[in-house]
Parts: sequence; C-alpha cells; structure tokens
Amino acid sequence: MFLTDEQQAILNGSKGETMAKVMKTLVMYGETFGADKMVPVTSEYNHLVTSFGLKMMTPVFDLMQQLIDAGAVSGQKFSVDPRPLDKNVPANFLQNIIFNVAMYAKQDSYEKQLNELGLMNEDAFTCACYLDQVGNKPKKGDVLSWAESSAVVYANSVLGARCNRNSGIMDIMGSIAGFVPHFGLLTDEGRKASWIIKVETTKKPEAQLLGSAIGMKVMEDVPYITGMEKWLGTELNDDNCAYLKDFGAATASNGAVGLYHIAGLTPEAQELGESLVLENAQVYVIDDAELQRVQDNYPVIWKNPDAKPKLCFVGCPHMSLQQLINWTEAVEEGLKASGNKKVQIPTVFTTAPAVKKAFEQTEYAERLKATGVILSYICPLMYMNNPLAGKMPVITCSNKLRTYTTARYYTEAQILEKITKGGN
Amino acid sequence: MMKEFKGRIVAPGTVTAPALVSHGGLNTLASFQKALQFGDKKATCGDQNNPDLYGKEMLGKALCLPQTIGSTTGGLVLYCACAMGRQPACMLFSNPIDSLAAAGSILASVWLEGVNMPVVDSLGDEFLNYVKDGMSITIKEDGTVVVEN
Repeated sequence: MFLTDEQQAILNGSKGETMAKVMKTLVMYGETFGADKMVPVTSEYNHLVTSFGLKMMTPVFDLMQQLIDAGAVSGQKFSVDPRPLDKNVPANFLQNIIFNVAMYAKQDSYEKQLNELGLMNEDAFTCACYLDQVGNKPKKGDVLSWAESSAVVYANSVLGARCNRNSGIMDIMGSIAGFVPHFGLLTDEGRKASWIIKVETTKKPEAQLLGSAIGMKVMEDVPYITGMEKWLGTELNDDNCAYLKDFGAATASNGAVGLYHIAGLTPEAQELGESLVLENAQVYVIDDAELQRVQDNYPVIWKNPDAKPKLCFVGCPHMSLQQLINWTEAVEEGLKASGNKKVQIPTVFTTAPAVKKAFEQTEYAERLKATGVILSYICPLMYMNNPLAGKMPVITCSNKLRTYTTARYYTEAQILEKITKGGN
Repeated sequence: MMKEFKGRIVAPGTVTAPALVSHGGLNTLASFQKALQFGDKKATCGDQNNPDLYGKEMLGKALCLPQTIGSTTGGLVLYCACAMGRQPACMLFSNPIDSLAAAGSILASVWLEGVNMPVVDSLGDEFLNYVKDGMSITIKEDGTVVVEN
C-alpha cells in the first residue's frame, strides 16, 4: 500500500509510539484487504459503536486510556451507540443489581473517557445518529470511519456516503489518524452488486423480515433490489427512510451487508441504475412464501414457548420522529378497537435522546404516555444482554434484537395486536 | 486420513487443535458476549441462531467458518476474548476474511502482548465441506492447514 511521507513517518514513530501503533493497525487493516492507499476521512463527525461500560470490555477501556494518555485523540467529534440503562424501563430488583453492579459498573468511567475522546454532546447516544434531530448526517460521497452495522449500511445505501463495515476500535483509529485504507465499499468497484434480489410479494414486505431474508442469503455481498418501486416509490421521504433504516439493520445483523441498492430509490441506483450490477450476479427471488419460510424458521428459545410476553421492545434501531407519531396513532387505534385503555404488555419504544426531546414537544407525547407505552433512549440489546433475560419472554418487531438476544420476533402488525389486545 | 489445504496467512503462527465447524457465518457478538460477560472460561457459544456452534466450547478450538457476521462490535469482542485468554486456538476461514474478524485479529496482534491466534483465510468451500468437529487441525509455518481424521 502506498503511504505518503507523512504517513510513513507516523508509522516510523514521528508522533510517538501510540500513534505509530494506530498507524500500524490501519496499515495492516488495509493490507489485509488489498488497499492501494489511505484516503482522508471527510465527514464532519465520526460514529462509534462502543457506548456501554460493560465489565467484559475492560481491555477496550484500557486501550482507550492508552490513546487518551498519549494525546492520540481525534479532532473529529463523534456520536456513539445508545446508553444501556434507563431507570424508566421496567426492571426488577435482581435485574437492577445485575445491571448496575455486575454488568455496567464501568458506565460512568467509560462515559468520562468518551468525553475526553470527543463526544459530540450529552445527547449523542444513539445507533441512528443520521436522524435530523441528532445531527450526524454525512453527505453523499463523504468518507467515514464509522462502526455500528445499522448506521454504516444506512450511510452507504441511503445517504451515498462511503464507509467499510469497520469494527469497534477500528472506527476511532481512522478518526484519530484522519485517514482510512482505501478498499471495499470505499471503491467504485466494491460498491457493485453481486446479487439481484427480485421482490415479488403481493403486499409491501415487512422491512425487517425482508432485510433478514436478504442478509441471510447474501451475507456480506452487495444486493441490487428490484420490485420495490410499487411499494416505496422513488422518493426518499421520511417514511421510506425509516423503512430503509429498519430494513438495513436487519440485512446487517442477520447477515453482514454494508451496502444495498434499491432500484429507482437509493442515490446510486437512481444515478447508475443496473450498471451497478456485476456480470454473472446471482439471483434471489423473494415472494410471500419465502418471507413466511424465513419467519417460520426463527428459533424460539424461551423456556416456555407458550409463555405470556412480559415485555415488548419497539425501536432497534432507534425510532424516527415520524415512526413515533405513526406508532402512537396505531396504538391508540388498536386500543380503541380492542376496548382497552392501556397496552396489555409492558411496552418500551426506544429512540435517540434528541428525537425524544423533539417528540416531547408534540401533542403525541402525552397521547403515547396515556397508552401506557414507555419512551426511552436505551439500547434494548444491551438491556437484554444478561442471564435473566433468557428467562423473560420478550417480544419485538426488531430482527436485530431477535438475532442477538432471546427476544421473539413478530411483524409490526402482530406486535401491535399483541400489545393492544393482550394474550399470548 | 489426512488432507492438506492451502490458504492465505492473515495472522502467522503454528498450532494443533481440534476442529469446531460453523457452516454459517459466525456472529461474534452473539457467540461470545455471554461467555465473556459472565466468566465462562471455556467460551461456550451463545448464538441461538447458529445450530452448529450453539452450546459448544470455543476456547482452544480450531474454529472453521466461512466468515463472521453481525454487529460491528465483532472485532472488539474478538479483541477482548484474546485479552482475556478465551480465544479459539486459531481461526480458519473458507472465504476471504471479513473486516470485523480481520480487525479483531489485527488489534490483538498490535495492541496485546503474547497473543497467539493464527488466522488463515481463503481455504475454499472444499475445506469447510471436508472438516468435521473433533478432527485434528494443524497449521504449518507456511500456512498449510492439515486436517486429520
């Protein structure tokens, strides 16, 4: 890989041992993937995946401290994934002890580290940093050093930015150095599709189910998706962006997708059309039966598969303002139809702190509160990352949450019915 | 019976260990998080969606897989596993290595002292079709992977 004189000097130790290690990490990363050079990070902000003060991550906190002590801090401020705890989210006595003592005992000290490393502001804890209210929305063509699979796939696919599926820690290394190795999704060739996905469903496919099916099929490849125009049209409006946010999160967690193109809708597909598809691309047809097959094959690992759900999470990745409004209206209608006044299963909607504040300025906040739904900024995944969660029947319409935890997946319509009508 | 496979060395080193095979992508976060968080020294796989590995011990095994998938915490989870001495003996990829597994391996090699987790990728589909749990795997210095029945 070609290095400039400045980059080579840093690698040789001109800026100290720690910066030399940062550079060595990036060079090895690039060489593994055949990078030809380093390119500057051009986005205004970075985004980090590591927001949680989990004890198991002590080696990461030690590394972060090495960076801080050596002054190897980025000039680029960053947002970071959601906080793992919120006292408003239901938790019993034992869970609270496990959360605060056994698991997230390092949360405060880690947040201090994040501030020293360049956290944007106290509200910058969300996986959906690109939402307007949060303010970390890269421009088309920007080169990023982000991690967080759902944010990376959104930035690449919906915003047209360029970012590899960087791991946590690697995200901050690129930002500190100010450049990242040029390979994969940073290159024109790496953004071409080796799969054509033909969507032939008779109704608008559930975003997180469609994303799951595609992710499990194509793994880390780039899919070019056709047949969605009649369901989504050709405009990246609020509803479509929310749909693509949830769809992408499922492709990235159920598989390893970092970029998708949707014919006629996403920016590069609009610009370049089918020229984005590689010769000999494989074809995957998705119809109603295929989506049903995918959903039916999700394992149910509750101790009692027939248990009554004790908690419901909606909002992984974090909900947009419009989604909160839409869900508020849907829950109200569902309750009215079923003759109930409050949700029948404790339910938590999760969103970015800045979106939560904006939502609380609307009339919908009181209306949602009246339904009994709790609004929080936490990461449901981190909430469920404990041994007690396995014994707790949690339901969700997030395929990402299903993938990483014992939560059971249902479509949004199924979730709505369960929380408003009750029953198993 | 013995069969040799040739791949690309991502992290050098030699080792002999019993094989543990995942035919689907290894979700690093889902596989390691419970083991690392709650002191499981044998690193039992906690990924419910991976029927090949779920409930099996990963510590000290020659982990054979196509690639890793899922959360971009994957690399740092692997880094933590290495720092805590809970890593597989080696990782053998049938596909070219993915960015998350590569990050974990590189971070461990640059930032940790004395970690030996050889990584070989691009071993091909034939490798993953041939190798079975419990077979003896040896990685030679030149990256040749020897599988013995």
